[in-house]
Amino acid sequence: MTVMSARDAGLVACTHCGLLCRDAAEETGIRCPRCRAELHPRKPDSLSRSCAYLMAAAILYIPANMLPVMETSSMFGAEKDTILSGIVYFWTSGSQGLAALIFFVSILVPMLKLGSLSVLAWTVRRRSVYNRRQRAVLFRIIEMVGRWSMLDVFVVALMVGLVHFQGLAVIQAGSGAAAFGAVVVLTMLAARSFDPRLIWDPPVSKENHD
Amino acid sequence: MTGHLVACPECDALHRRRALRRGAKARCVRCGAVLYRHPHLHPDQLLPLVVCALLTYVIANVFPIVDLQIQGQTNSATLYGSILALWREGRELVAVLVFATTLLFPLVDLLAMLVLLLTFRRGRPATLWRFVEGLRPWGMIEVFMLGMLVALVKLSHLAHVLPGVALWAFAALTLLMAAILTFDPRALWDDPEGAFR
Repeated sequence: MTVMSARDAGLVACTHCGLLCRDAAEETGIRCPRCRAELHPRKPDSLSRSCAYLMAAAILYIPANMLPVMETSSMFGAEKDTILSGIVYFWTSGSQGLAALIFFVSILVPMLKLGSLSVLAWTVRRRSVYNRRQRAVLFRIIEMVGRWSMLDVFVVALMVGLVHFQGLAVIQAGSGAAAFGAVVVLTMLAARSFDPRLIWDPPVSKENHD
Repeated sequence: MTGHLVACPECDALHRRRALRRGAKARCVRCGAVLYRHPHLHPDQLLPLVVCALLTYVIANVFPIVDLQIQGQTNSATLYGSILALWREGRELVAVLVFATTLLFPLVDLLAMLVLLLTFRRGRPATLWRFVEGLRPWGMIEVFMLGMLVALVKLSHLAHVLPGVALWAFAALTLLMAAILTFDPRALWDDPEGAFR
């Protein structure tokens, strides 16, 4: 099956409204005539931006998991919960389903996201032609699932808002919550700055076009 | 002109545009991404849903999500109150993040949809959409909905929990948003048959 890409045909698709425009490769700052967005054949500096976000996320992943996300002080003393200890609490108190859900969205998803985006960036840089379709599907899954990692941040926010009974129990957000939120935002930014069209670009550059 | 062609947003493959049945979507032959879809709902049917979602949004944010009772003390919280509590205890970053993803972006998205649906016949809908499109992945009402349920289960070990009006309003809002967000505004201008005029 031969497929012609818009770039081969000398066209640029506007990433905002979808309009196909003639590619004027030499000029910069060209705007889409329909929605006035700037036109780029591929997202600018896609790989460098994506890698920068990924590195920042990987660094923050450590405090996000080591520092407490929630601090409870009650009559029975103070307690600090990390993401993992929160999951363990759910598991031991009989809500195994919830424990599994939170483990999936807060521990597994960020880790898999960091891993698979790195693999995608690396294979694109090597201009690999293997398993293109699987890589495209992988990217689509990453983009879809990533947002659900925010779950724990919302849980903490609600607990903080609800539980402040003077003298009985007060819940505060820990410093890990900010780090964790930042990891989610950074991995989402990494995914958004990655241009999946790079997966499909021909392995050898311009000269070999037919 | 190039109006009869469409490029895959995820792999750049060119396709010839074809008319679709209502509710159908066209997928890229190479990578399987969705190229474009014919919406289930006509824009004029979507409009009441958007208005309804805006009203639900107000209810969800005015009334308390849940009432909590411990030994005679009662506490209730709204989403806004929770964000304020986070801010006051020095977690500004988390507060801003929650504010943006659950309050600000969904509201901007809904208002923009309202304006789009009211004006697309005469205005330049694509120009407005350019500003909203980037916000959409950051609105997280449905994730927040799940977060509320998790928090309620957690709190039920600790205190007596009474679900408030806003909990139901958020549930309704989640469903409404899901219906509204399946409508791709690109259909408003990529409309070769003129069905929406």
